[in-house]
Amino acid sequence: MVTPAVSNPAPSLLDRLVLPTSGAWANDARRAALARFRDMGFPGRRDEYWRFAGGEDFAAPEPEEAPILDMQGEAPVFSGLERLKFSFRDGRFEGDLPALPEGLEVSRLSDAGQQDLHWARDLYGVLEAAGQSPVARPFAALNTAFAGDGLLIRVTGKVALPLSLIYCHDDPRSDAMLHHVLRLEPGAELTLLENGPAAARLNTVLEVDVADGARFHHVRAQGRDHGRRAITHLFARLAKESVFKSFTLTVNGAHTRNESVVEFTGDDAVAHLAGAAMGDGRMGDFTHDDTVFITHGAENCESRQVYKKVLMNGAVGVFQGKILVKEGAQKTDGYQKSQALLLDEDSTFLAKPELEIYADDVACSHGSTSGGIDEEALFYLRSRGVPAAEAQDLLVLAFLSDAMEEIEDAAIIEDITSRLEAWLARRRAG
Amino acid sequence: MLKIKGLKVKLEAEDKEILKGVDLDVPAGAVHAIMGPNGSGKSTLSYVLAGREGYEVTEGSATLDGQDLLDMAPEERAAAGLFLAFQYPVEIPGVGNMTFLRTAVNSQRKLRGEEELSAAEFLKLVRAEAKKLRIDADMLKRPVNVGFSGGEKKRNEILQMAMLQPRMCILDETDSGLDVDAMKLVAEGVNGLRDAGRSFLVITHYQRLLDHIKPDVVHIMAAGRIVRTGGPELALEVEHNGYADILSEVA
Repeated sequence: MVTPAVSNPAPSLLDRLVLPTSGAWANDARRAALARFRDMGFPGRRDEYWRFAGGEDFAAPEPEEAPILDMQGEAPVFSGLERLKFSFRDGRFEGDLPALPEGLEVSRLSDAGQQDLHWARDLYGVLEAAGQSPVARPFAALNTAFAGDGLLIRVTGKVALPLSLIYCHDDPRSDAMLHHVLRLEPGAELTLLENGPAAARLNTVLEVDVADGARFHHVRAQGRDHGRRAITHLFARLAKESVFKSFTLTVNGAHTRNESVVEFTGDDAVAHLAGAAMGDGRMGDFTHDDTVFITHGAENCESRQVYKKVLMNGAVGVFQGKILVKEGAQKTDGYQKSQALLLDEDSTFLAKPELEIYADDVACSHGSTSGGIDEEALFYLRSRGVPAAEAQDLLVLAFLSDAMEEIEDAAIIEDITSRLEAWLARRRAG
Repeated sequence: MLKIKGLKVKLEAEDKEILKGVDLDVPAGAVHAIMGPNGSGKSTLSYVLAGREGYEVTEGSATLDGQDLLDMAPEERAAAGLFLAFQYPVEIPGVGNMTFLRTAVNSQRKLRGEEELSAAEFLKLVRAEAKKLRIDADMLKRPVNVGFSGGEKKRNEILQMAMLQPRMCILDETDSGLDVDAMKLVAEGVNGLRDAGRSFLVITHYQRLLDHIKPDVVHIMAAGRIVRTGGPELALEVEHNGYADILSEVA
């Protein structure tokens, strides 16, 4: 294990946090996670995966204030969809659990200790712990130890309605840790939606265990508050013939780091991870980091990473993506694409694509590019009467389109696209 | 309609003069052709008129119905009625052909202060025009020009022309990369648009396109100037004798 040097700032966030007590098995998991964290400590700039964008703001004892964005009457994303809603405010679940359809069981993490949820006990902090090697993810261990709330979700059938986690925040100084675990039993299907800023500073862990032949589809839209900071972790374990698709939209936000750690443990499974990020430094600081680690530990699995970033006026984009193909993981088909569209000379894209392969019959590749707007296409559009600014917006959306295509539901693509259009139009209007 | 006077243009990057004083007058309803050897400045002329960057006009003027074209942004030229059918239509991955067409049509209408077309009106129009050019639903759905054959790209240019209804159409080597059948289809599309209020400037290296799109006037361009102007017979002369005779004559 790569262990970052212990460099706890003083006073430390750790001093301020209190271990929640939510029952026997959860308490054990939390204590184990705290021990893991203490071994690692907070990351420093010399740590391999924290060089491009450091985590000082995630480790600070108090979050920086994040003013609440005035949405000016705009309905939140996914509003038009029929879905099962679960709301959190500043990191706390609010309201009652909705009536659940057949094939779906949901409990709150805070109630978990009183219930004998074997499957949850076998999952909470387990995929996180496994994901600490070979690369340490200290904030994920911290989360497992201290998460204040979250859901334990078990899917035993094909659930037609999406399960929707809605993250609101009212407190410009809120600091939240959410930890969800999700188990899809063999053949089960679920779409999970997440949206909203959640808190001024957010740390999330989502552990997803996808059993044989199960299908999981995840679409996330991180809130547009300019000052918000978020470090998210997605740990997934994919069994035989399972399908896993995850898409994240990030617009605005002072600092976002989305870590995804996926392991294929069964043959013939598919994992697609995609992200579209757009930041304008003129509106506020913007640093966006996608850090992905995919381990092919089984045969004939397909992994795709499609990450696209549109950066302007000093915005910073980071991509650190790795595909590890273990010995024996023959017929692996792995591809990663990370691209940045830099709309000016002030913005920065830092990319670190990695392939590590120990099997001899695999197809793995990566493509990482950064560049400006295609001048030929821009002129072509203008010569047809499309004004320069609108033509540029059209090309920006076109650039993001192959990440968007990883979303399976056309209505969601349309919903997200119309918001991106509106964002671009507002930006143009100044 | 289109009046070009003493137009001199150089490449910004190279300080190299490409057009060395071009004079041209295309009246309303007329079809003019410009022929000339490679490197004579034909395509540069079309790009300068459409407003592509990278060129510097050092002298002369170009007007469309009295409006100074050279002072306008490319989109304003388009809204004023100028259309360039590209020699190499640009591929735009991620932008659906239909979205592209609707955005173009409505952008121009907006720039002209006209009402935008509704989705239904647009759809009806585009289906009718696409049918004439044998452009199927799939080609309308695909990203602009991506994976199109040479012929499909050129048909797509003519479809844009038909949808935008420009008054001054410039066709830059529209015949390049076309087989005979595709050329006929493209020519039919163009001929269908000919009327008293619309003019064409057909730029071509070969005479064969002019068998299908019959010009009223043919100009020969060489070394950045129009060196001869005549009737359709001038194109036939080039076809039989090549450019050498004409060029040595004017040299």
